Amino acid sequence: MIDHLPVLLIAVPIVGATLPLLVGLAADRTGWPLAALTLLVQAGLATWLGVAVATGGAVSYEVGGFAAPYGIELVVDGLSVAVVVLVAVVALGVLAYARRAGPHTDTFYSQYLLLVAGLSGMTVTGDVFNLYVFLEITGLAAYGLVATGDRPSAAVAALKYLLIGTVGASLYLFGAAYLLTATGTLNMAHLAELLGTEVAYDSTLVVTAFGLMVGGLAVKIALYPVHTWQPDAYSRAHDTVSVLISALVSTVAAYALARVLFSVFTVRFFEAVPAAQTALTVVAAVSIVAGSVLAVSQSEVQRMLAYSSVSQFGLVVGGFGVATPAAVIGGVVHLVGHAVMKGGLFGASGIVRRATGAARIEEYDGLAARAPVAAAAVAVLALAMVGVPPGVGFVGKWYIVLGALRAESWGLVAVLLASTVLTLAYFARLVERMYFTPPAGADEAHEPTVTDGGEASEASRPSSERASDGGADPVSLGMVALVVAAAVLAVALGPAVPAFEGAIEGAIQNLLNP
Amino acid sequence: MIDTLATHYNYYAVVALLGIGLYVLVESNNLVKKVIGMNVFQTGIFMFVITTGYVDGGVPPVLGEGGEVYVSPLPHVLILTAIVVGVALTAVALALIVRIYSEYGTLDEEVLQRLYHD
Repeated sequence: MIDHLPVLLIAVPIVGATLPLLVGLAADRTGWPLAALTLLVQAGLATWLGVAVATGGAVSYEVGGFAAPYGIELVVDGLSVAVVVLVAVVALGVLAYARRAGPHTDTFYSQYLLLVAGLSGMTVTGDVFNLYVFLEITGLAAYGLVATGDRPSAAVAALKYLLIGTVGASLYLFGAAYLLTATGTLNMAHLAELLGTEVAYDSTLVVTAFGLMVGGLAVKIALYPVHTWQPDAYSRAHDTVSVLISALVSTVAAYALARVLFSVFTVRFFEAVPAAQTALTVVAAVSIVAGSVLAVSQSEVQRMLAYSSVSQFGLVVGGFGVATPAAVIGGVVHLVGHAVMKGGLFGASGIVRRATGAARIEEYDGLAARAPVAAAAVAVLALAMVGVPPGVGFVGKWYIVLGALRAESWGLVAVLLASTVLTLAYFARLVERMYFTPPAGADEAHEPTVTDGGEASEASRPSSERASDGGADPVSLGMVALVVAAAVLAVALGPAVPAFEGAIEGAIQNLLNP
Repeated sequence: MIDTLATHYNYYAVVALLGIGLYVLVESNNLVKKVIGMNVFQTGIFMFVITTGYVDGGVPPVLGEGGEVYVSPLPHVLILTAIVVGVALTAVALALIVRIYSEYGTLDEEVLQRLYHD
């Protein structure tokens, strides 16, 4: 059983994805319980695998018994197990949000499980072509999920996402084809062996393959300037979907970038082709600045959060680009931390819109009185993202800056430090409006305040123009619980990182010195 | 020049397909044409991978067929998978286009942009 854990992580959600459709033929509204059951099993398997990897080291699985490098190999090491556990836990947590927030159709939960299968597959695969296939499975599920938004503009956002995302994935495939031409293999470990020995790192084929693969993944991560699909997709999608894809999809694509950088090309490629490292760091630095500037100029909260992702993934990729142990640890910590914080922020903004109808930043005036729990969660998550200790955002940035300092890339250090101020620039005004600006209509301030866990959301709703859409939707305990859990995790994960530092460092050292 | 043209014509075809595909994808205002552009772009990549597997005078890798040089079957298998992915993507894209048309009554991107931002 333990031997088959890596493949079960992919097989369980795929088989589970067929169940809501099949059972849905006979009984109504079975999607949620079936998805919950599948994801409970998935989370159990992921945790089990996490314990196995932590105690026994990396696990490798040969699919169908064909020996690598000819067969397809699944590899789970310290880094991938962290991402697999993140995917399983976040997917399970978001289900608590989906219980009331819906969509309640059976097909939605089938797609939801397919997305989890694609993300798990991207994480555990040890084969560059397989990574492409799982990238497209993830993409297809994500396009479909974005289109489930209530408004017709969701379909437009999904089509835009599909067209740009497909070009990104195709570029990645093109790069993988270049690698196949150069070396004749697709297995990541085998590629790492052959590159630099059989094929020179600075040969045109290898450098082009690097550019195409990184460029393709940059589209999926939504780095500037290929981020244009992301704000529409995040803000037009259904609330549940926004939480799920903002927490996981770009995160796993960034993990795939780390895999390609360190398991395929390895740090020795950076030593042989310094221009590639420079290019990657420059793209990251531009993303940090441009994403923040775009976020500051937004008036819709969800679009601001989406542009903030462009900036935060710049930080993560910057950490990977520096490629020293401290910077890569920082990148991974910020990757996991960002998933928790951004998912929580999207969840909280969904709750606020349901409870009070507020979707724009100026409508957040005095929110602390109208929806205290959601406002507190937004404040905690925003401050953690800015990098206020002990939030997880602080720990991630600390390691990235430390790594960049040790690598003496001063330009990046300056941008990284400035990024804290830039992040503060768009989150501080949100916190300021929630806690220190009275609501626009003075008479509304005297209405009885209601907790956002409650039934009385109708009463707390401002009567006038704010209740444009979604104002009367119910907010359930599960939705609030997810957001509060994200806020608690964002604070608790920070101090926990030093405790795990030994384990993380070991995994990163293995990754950087294969 | 003539030599490279004669021996590397497949790569010129690939570059042409990639260029045409991307141009249609970016420049066309019609959403269906954008999807066609996406397909042409992908086909360029498929062609590239398949031609890398070609060996002059090679035979299919089937035992007992005879022959000295075998063609690698791997690129063909990979592209078979990629074609399936491409078909699925096209289907999803066309389904989205049907929904967009029924909601907005247009497939023109510029008209759509105006309606979208209202």
